[in-house]
Amino acid sequence: MSAFVGKYADELIKTAKYIATPGKGILAADESTGTIGKRLASINVENIESNRQSLRELLFTSPGALSYISGVILFEETLYQKTSDGKPFVDVLEENGVIPGIKVDKGVVELAGTNGETTTQGLDSLGQRCQQYYKAGARFAKWRAVLKIGPTEPSELSIQENAKGLARYAIICQENGLVPIVEPEVLTDGNHDIKKCAAVTETVLAAVYKALNDHHVLLEGTLLKPNMVTPGSDSPKVGPEVIAEYTVAALRRTVPPAVPGVVFLSGGQSEEEATLNLDAMNKLEVLKPWTLSFSFGRALQQSTLKTWAGKKENVTKAQATFLVRCKANSDATIGKYAGGGAGTGSAASESLFEKGYKY
Amino acid sequence: MASTSATLLKASPVLEKSEWVKGQSLLRQTSFVAAVRRHVAPSRLTVRASSAYADELVKTAKTIASPGRGILAMDESNATCGKRLASIGLENTEANRQAYRTLLITAPGLGQYISGAILFEETLYQSTTDGRKMVDVLSEQNIVPGIKVDKGLVPLAGSNNESWCQGLDGLASRSAAYYQQGARFAKWRTVVSIPNGPSALAVKEAAWGLARYAAISQDNGLVPIVEPEILLDGEHSIDRTYEVAEKVWAEVFFYLAQNNVMFEGILLKPSMVTPGAESKDRATPEQVASYTLKLLRNRIPPAVPGIMFLSGGQSEVEATLNLNAMNQGSNPWHVSFSYARALQNTCLKTWGGRPENVKAAQDTLLVRAQANSLAQLGKYTGEGESEEAKKGMFVKGYTY
Repeated sequence: MSAFVGKYADELIKTAKYIATPGKGILAADESTGTIGKRLASINVENIESNRQSLRELLFTSPGALSYISGVILFEETLYQKTSDGKPFVDVLEENGVIPGIKVDKGVVELAGTNGETTTQGLDSLGQRCQQYYKAGARFAKWRAVLKIGPTEPSELSIQENAKGLARYAIICQENGLVPIVEPEVLTDGNHDIKKCAAVTETVLAAVYKALNDHHVLLEGTLLKPNMVTPGSDSPKVGPEVIAEYTVAALRRTVPPAVPGVVFLSGGQSEEEATLNLDAMNKLEVLKPWTLSFSFGRALQQSTLKTWAGKKENVTKAQATFLVRCKANSDATIGKYAGGGAGTGSAASESLFEKGYKY
Repeated sequence: MASTSATLLKASPVLEKSEWVKGQSLLRQTSFVAAVRRHVAPSRLTVRASSAYADELVKTAKTIASPGRGILAMDESNATCGKRLASIGLENTEANRQAYRTLLITAPGLGQYISGAILFEETLYQSTTDGRKMVDVLSEQNIVPGIKVDKGLVPLAGSNNESWCQGLDGLASRSAAYYQQGARFAKWRTVVSIPNGPSALAVKEAAWGLARYAAISQDNGLVPIVEPEILLDGEHSIDRTYEVAEKVWAEVFFYLAQNNVMFEGILLKPSMVTPGAESKDRATPEQVASYTLKLLRNRIPPAVPGIMFLSGGQSEVEATLNLNAMNQGSNPWHVSFSYARALQNTCLKTWGGRPENVKAAQDTLLVRAQANSLAQLGKYTGEGESEEAKKGMFVKGYTY
């Protein structure tokens, strides 16, 4: 009684391995229309389709940047968009050795009877949607489950429900040719210390891998997108080495070696923090059977966004900024980051944490 | 560096015991009883009871589970209704579906025997052929309107050709809308197949889906009917059915508890414990009753107000006889029926799509409804049953 090996098994394994290539990582550019609106608002740009397209075009055509990127997660609208000279984004990515991915969840809803905990929706007709996305060129998918830390949280119900949702999503993706990125995000909000975050992360990951096993998910054809283990947002900060130690310990205890890659979310850390933490993890001399890399949204795009500010004349400069962050994180995945990639000033060190952040 | 590895090995990021006993969230429960004992934090077991709809849910469930009454299941999807209409040579149009459902719900005095009617979404928003809202007609008949909320079965990967039930996305808002329209109970049907295992995954998936649906329904004012149908298909013995049913119900109630479902505000729709349809063994109504009641006593908490059996392919008369046998003694829950084919079959054939047959068809519906009403009271005698009513309705590999 083992994993479900369907017709896409070989392809899934190959794709997952490629995405986990040391020296490369994922650009999470799958902000929903609502969320990207917030980003654009922060630089006084209107949330219309052409602006959303301009931003994504800026990123995908940055000279040299894509060589550090193995995959890009897209929102549905973007999967079907083109550059200003009419080339489908999917083609641009594929030509540069970047695999297109697609966000497939339909957001979170509250779990009644809990203290504001949530579950993620999106399973109905997911199989059919995955087939369409595969046809459009996507080869991996992403589904974000969210858990929080509190006096009675995460509750057993929340853990079971979110783990189960991830497992159902994962097997349906694999049935339809998409590598599922499994994302159980434990939010940073709170005044707990790093030990509490570690304990919760371990419990959650254990439940997730039990559910994946119950649902016959082929682990070699998946990726994990966890939070790093850090103190709560209202607690004193600790250094990258401490974060690295607790995070890697948690993963070693819960993530089977069959999983080819762990691609961390940045969750509100500044660009520089996220890179330093990732680098520290890769410098640790302890057995890590999966590659440790990135799947960053804000932590790759923040400075780039500010530099662009929606103006055509800033595109080249913004793209140069983007390249800097991509290379920095690429170095971090092999433990070779020298620091100071924050060359473009304070933006890279700016915390991106928002209390009670609604994705 | 050796020191770093040593730190990783030594560092034991586990909470102090005093910290986690208070909030039981990090403990892995292996039994519901253990969960209750260890629970010290603000009790989630009471949150549901103070939910806005709690009293109404209890009242509705009790009304549906009233003596001498049961449920008319008329929630066939358009596709399934099409099959019914085709069997009497009618086209599957909205008008024909409307005519048929009008016939059913306007049967005079139906509310004496029928406490609830499960509708398909189209019907909930429809009017009868003389322009009154279906839900209004039902209420006037003293019949509680219910609504099918699942979105059907799809194949379950990694299982032995089994299925799982969809429908949770947006269920909260759909349920709220149905409540606005007049529905007061909901139904979700998932299936378990004995010839295909059932696999542990299929059972777990079925039970968890039911539990989530039940929790969401209650939060939006609808009494959930919990239906894990153990299909009749197969050659298995009645003992094997019993074994599987025990496992399924244990898991269902465990997950209902985990999801904080209020048992006083649910109804169950189980299959009776019988041999498989293709088994060489046949069981008498007394045997079916004996096995089924034993199962229920072992697995169903007395807080559940009503158990409304599905007929699953039995003939109209079989379904009535079995129900009658189960009501020869007193039970801690109302033991009744939620029949579709076993109430409608003869009625449909009698109608044949002709307006001049409407009254006769309604009469046959009332005959069956009354027969099952008597069976609920343990007073059914089986006199005067027609041959049609005795015909089995099992269809191998029946897709609902």
